[in-house]
Amino acid sequence: MNAPYYYVPRYSIWPILTATAVFLLLIGIINSIHGNIHLGTGAAFLGITLLLTVTFGWFRSVIIESHQGLYSPMTDRSFRWGMVIFIVSEVMLFATFFGALFYARVVSVPFLGGISEGYFTNLLLWPDFQPTWPLFINPDPTIFPGQQSVIGPVGIPMLNTLLLLTSAVTLTWAHWALKFNQREFVVCGLMLTIVLGLTFLGCQVYEYVLAHTHDGLTLASGIYGTTFFMLTGFHGAHVTVGTIMLICILVRILRGHFSSTNHFGFEACAWYWHFVDVVWLFLFIFVYWI
Amino acid sequence: MSAEATLDQPKRHPLSAWFLRWVCSTNHKDIGTLYLFFSLAMFLTGGVMALLIRTELFQPGMQIMQPNTYNNMITMHGLIMVFGAVMPAFVGLANWMIPIMVGAPDMAFPRLNNWSFWLLPFAFSIMLSTLFMQGGAPNFGWTFYAPLSTTYGPPSTDFFIIAVHMMGVSSIMGAVNVVATVLNMRAPGMTMMKLPIFCWAMLITAFLLIAVMPVLAGAVTMMLTDRHFGTSFFNAAGGGDPILFQHIFWFFGHPEVYIMILPAFGVISEIIPTFSRKKLFGYSCMVGATASIAILSFIVWAHHMFVSGIPLGAEIFFMYATLLIAVPTGVKVFNWITTMFRGSLSFETPMLFAIAFVILFTIGGLSGLMLAMSPVDYQYHDTYFVVGHFHYVLVPGAIFSILAGVYYWLPKWTGHMYSETLGKWHFWLSTIFINVTFFPMHFLGLAGMPRRIPDYALQFTDFNMVATVGAFGFGLSQLLFLAVIYKTIRGGVPATAQVWEGAQGLEWTLPSPTPHHTFDTPPLITD
Repeated sequence: MNAPYYYVPRYSIWPILTATAVFLLLIGIINSIHGNIHLGTGAAFLGITLLLTVTFGWFRSVIIESHQGLYSPMTDRSFRWGMVIFIVSEVMLFATFFGALFYARVVSVPFLGGISEGYFTNLLLWPDFQPTWPLFINPDPTIFPGQQSVIGPVGIPMLNTLLLLTSAVTLTWAHWALKFNQREFVVCGLMLTIVLGLTFLGCQVYEYVLAHTHDGLTLASGIYGTTFFMLTGFHGAHVTVGTIMLICILVRILRGHFSSTNHFGFEACAWYWHFVDVVWLFLFIFVYWI
Repeated sequence: MSAEATLDQPKRHPLSAWFLRWVCSTNHKDIGTLYLFFSLAMFLTGGVMALLIRTELFQPGMQIMQPNTYNNMITMHGLIMVFGAVMPAFVGLANWMIPIMVGAPDMAFPRLNNWSFWLLPFAFSIMLSTLFMQGGAPNFGWTFYAPLSTTYGPPSTDFFIIAVHMMGVSSIMGAVNVVATVLNMRAPGMTMMKLPIFCWAMLITAFLLIAVMPVLAGAVTMMLTDRHFGTSFFNAAGGGDPILFQHIFWFFGHPEVYIMILPAFGVISEIIPTFSRKKLFGYSCMVGATASIAILSFIVWAHHMFVSGIPLGAEIFFMYATLLIAVPTGVKVFNWITTMFRGSLSFETPMLFAIAFVILFTIGGLSGLMLAMSPVDYQYHDTYFVVGHFHYVLVPGAIFSILAGVYYWLPKWTGHMYSETLGKWHFWLSTIFINVTFFPMHFLGLAGMPRRIPDYALQFTDFNMVATVGAFGFGLSQLLFLAVIYKTIRGGVPATAQVWEGAQGLEWTLPSPTPHHTFDTPPLITD
């Protein structure tokens, strides 16, 4: 291949359109929250449509350039660094929400219950508050009613753990199959991974329904519900994105893209999937289990 | 160089050529220019707000605005200067200089680079539009502490939140680009320890951005859900804690202040050796000191919260950890001075700004040490002493380094020498008026004047009047800077390739102005 030293595209329409799409989407969401339903949903719909279109177009440009042999090994290394750094930033996003969980469990709830000597604010505000975790009765139950029960580790969460761990195995199988150029196994492994991912998402949705109807557990039921739904919700959103990425990779495999040595798109999605997997393990331990 | 000559088809309509070059750009130099002009526009916008604030504070009593308007002004001034002026300026310098310093054809991801930039005008359109919204702009200070920003925030707070999200994405993508470029696109033979010190500073800054911008995104997301979806992150009635907001904010916020000063260290460390005609003293120590400051920045955040009611053990830990930062910073100041020691100095405008940086930043650093001591901070917290302190590290610190960098590299960018007379006038007026503005603030703070108030007791009048006079002097002298930029772009004495007698490095081997595309094939680095 006669790739240039480092391919630099001449100019591109995608970045400005992506920025516009993000702008419309966010403006739309906030306007909807503020009750400007027509303007809000309209802008959000326009934004998400444009965002999906430009994402498709942008990746299409990159794939075409890759097929034209414009990417040197150096370009490939740039992509790898870029993906690693992006995943690190995602780790920090989850770390923030885990930090909030740990802070609530170790600091704010015990302190509200008067665990520490020398502080008496709790006596002035809510003298009867009992610190427990999971927290069922909030300091002020009239504002934050609390939930009747919570979701334990056994049952759906355990099943979900098995689903995601299995999906990591099937994805690795697909990767090795690609390295040995056995494409039927790649398709097989990817399909299994996608099915496992979708099953996981189905279980999560079912669990959320159960939480709302059976446990009375909502975003608004105090710090337990807050951390539970924000952490699992962000994770669920990432699994959704990861599944969409894997579906795109499957389509590309079926159309004959990738070779046994050159398949960074596949690897980037696999890294992302494994990252989401590891986050789940932390969720399982700290949100559901202990 | 005209836009047409750089594009494939010379017969393109001028408007579409302009659109392709500036809006659809994938060229690191053009995107760097866009960043720098955007930053300049924001610097002037935030500056006008600062002047309105100083006008209000010229004498006691209410002068020109309502208290809530005053709060809007201080909030927007802080946000615009931090996220709109200083950060984009350094990204602009990084965009322009990193590829030509390391011998790369462009940044690693040229399209992503363009996206990073174009998110910013959208984000700041949203941010500035809040000024005209019902209920007024955000009024809780740039630190947007809960519950001021959650329970009591105006409706426009939600627009502020999405603006912060967009800037965050922009910064993260910009940082991804910097890391990939510096780690992967160096010319053959340029080892990490031969890397120009500015590239090192930007690399370490990029790592800080990657680590803390998502934390800021998390903080504003929690705010949004607390405001609209019934969560209780920052509400004690539900088992949360407003102090949690401060922890999360300052876990972002303290590395953020180093995001604004480490690139400044990089710029100054490029300029001082050039005009001292010596190599940078202790290059590897400088790299190590920058990295140490970055690492330490993650374990000092609670020094912003000494009076928030954190446990005594935590106060002691955060006090000592903060004082420790003085060691690598001291190494840097020492190395700048020893670089100048027995050098063959000359005092062109960039060097004047650099020397002023070393002296005035050190003043800001020393007042920082005073604030770092927790028992003393009980007295200083939320007074004008703090305002004086951080303006000393940000204005004659970060802003001076940007001005120094612009004067230093402007001949390389435009191919013309700037007017040294105008530059020197700009320097001296800026330096004098900065001290007139910010030095009295230390006295005001020590005497007990609180920050974030539109009115004050009679005994603070004199120093406030002095500060206001200084602020207008500084603001007006920036018009000279605009004149310098305008004149240098339009024409002037042609610059040589090396521009400065003592300048070393790849960027000075390129002709001035630099061709639109450079290092399409890599140079070989031998020494």
